[in-house]
Amino acid sequence: MTWVKANADRLVELTWQHLWLSVVPVVIGFLLALPLGWWASRYHRFRAPALTLGGVLYSLPSLPLLVIIPGIIGTSFLDPINVAITLTLYAVALLVRTVADAFGQVSAEVLDAASASGYSRWQRAFGVELPLAGPAMLAGIRVASVSTVSLVTVGALIGVSNLGSLFTEGFQRYFTTEIIVGMVLVVSLALVLDGCWVLVGRMLLPWARGRTA
Amino acid sequence: MGVFNEAWGWFTTSTNWHGEDGIPHRLLQHIGYTALTVVIAVVIAVPLGLWIGHTGRLRGVAVALTGALRALPTLGLLTLVVLWRGIGLTPPITALVVLAIPPLLAGAYAGIESVDPRTVDAARGMGMTEWQVLARVEVPLGLPLLLGGLRSAVLQVVATATIAAYIGLGGLGRYVIDGVAIRDYPQILGGSLIVVVLALALDGAFALLQRLAPA
Repeated sequence: MTWVKANADRLVELTWQHLWLSVVPVVIGFLLALPLGWWASRYHRFRAPALTLGGVLYSLPSLPLLVIIPGIIGTSFLDPINVAITLTLYAVALLVRTVADAFGQVSAEVLDAASASGYSRWQRAFGVELPLAGPAMLAGIRVASVSTVSLVTVGALIGVSNLGSLFTEGFQRYFTTEIIVGMVLVVSLALVLDGCWVLVGRMLLPWARGRTA
Repeated sequence: MGVFNEAWGWFTTSTNWHGEDGIPHRLLQHIGYTALTVVIAVVIAVPLGLWIGHTGRLRGVAVALTGALRALPTLGLLTLVVLWRGIGLTPPITALVVLAIPPLLAGAYAGIESVDPRTVDAARGMGMTEWQVLARVEVPLGLPLLLGGLRSAVLQVVATATIAAYIGLGGLGRYVIDGVAIRDYPQILGGSLIVVVLALALDGAFALLQRLAPA
């Protein structure tokens, strides 16, 4: 505990760094996956390649991908942006399938009813499909959020500071407390973010309350 | 794209193909650790998952455990295990086994649960014993999901074994971790590309296997 008090400033700074590296990829990943998943659910020709590509992307190991990305886009090797981009790719890969499945489960009768009531194509997509697919998509975002918080720590291996730096430092100094504090903070951050997503869901999707997403 | 030319230079340097730190040796090491880990994890997780799926007992515990382990940062677990148990082969392999168990467990119980209960009842009605129901009906019908769990576990171990080079494990992760230490980017990139190719090859092999499995 004395170590935590003495290093409180640093812990807060690392937590903030960790927070933005976790939230930005999930949000951007979802915004990218939304149209891709919608197309995949709507057009069958697009479905198989999109889901296969997502699956392959998701199967790529994180540490190698983290060091290949700067080689492709020409950023500095130590730039935190590499971590953000890598994790965004994973989030898109994971969420395309969820979004496609979420839109896929909206029943055809409901869509026909909306068209029959005079909804245009766009009104139907935003007014009917999106709200009905919302709860299932939220469940996917929560999964992506938890695994992203955990994956950010790998960035510490290539020198991008975040809560994972507590693992590498603790390991080098043979200091167990630092590693345990890091674990507790990472898991807590994942839980807090998960709670935030649930709250966002309650605000944006009040009709899903009481139902399990 | 100059860095990729440098990585190509690293690949075509003959000294990188021989000895303890050569590509063939590191690749075999990586495959060896992965195989060892997956075999141990399968022996632990698959019977347990089949039992949970067949009896429906402890299902809540299994679901919670699988979810909780996803939040646990791999790197933290790896460094902690070394501080507790020392260096050598056993601590990293133990950590890798722990991380490979959730996908295998989930694949096994979800596979059994995916079988239509009416089919299981019909098998019992024909006079099959519980063992026969499990071995001849539930496992064959749940095979696609079981294989899916194995596929996730293998890919997870290939990826995590790379990270485990940080705590002294051999294998392909050495190129990345040692390369970062001496800022040798061609070596980092070269080693990373081999891991990616290995992961893609294994993923492809499993995709074929799942297609061949009677679904």
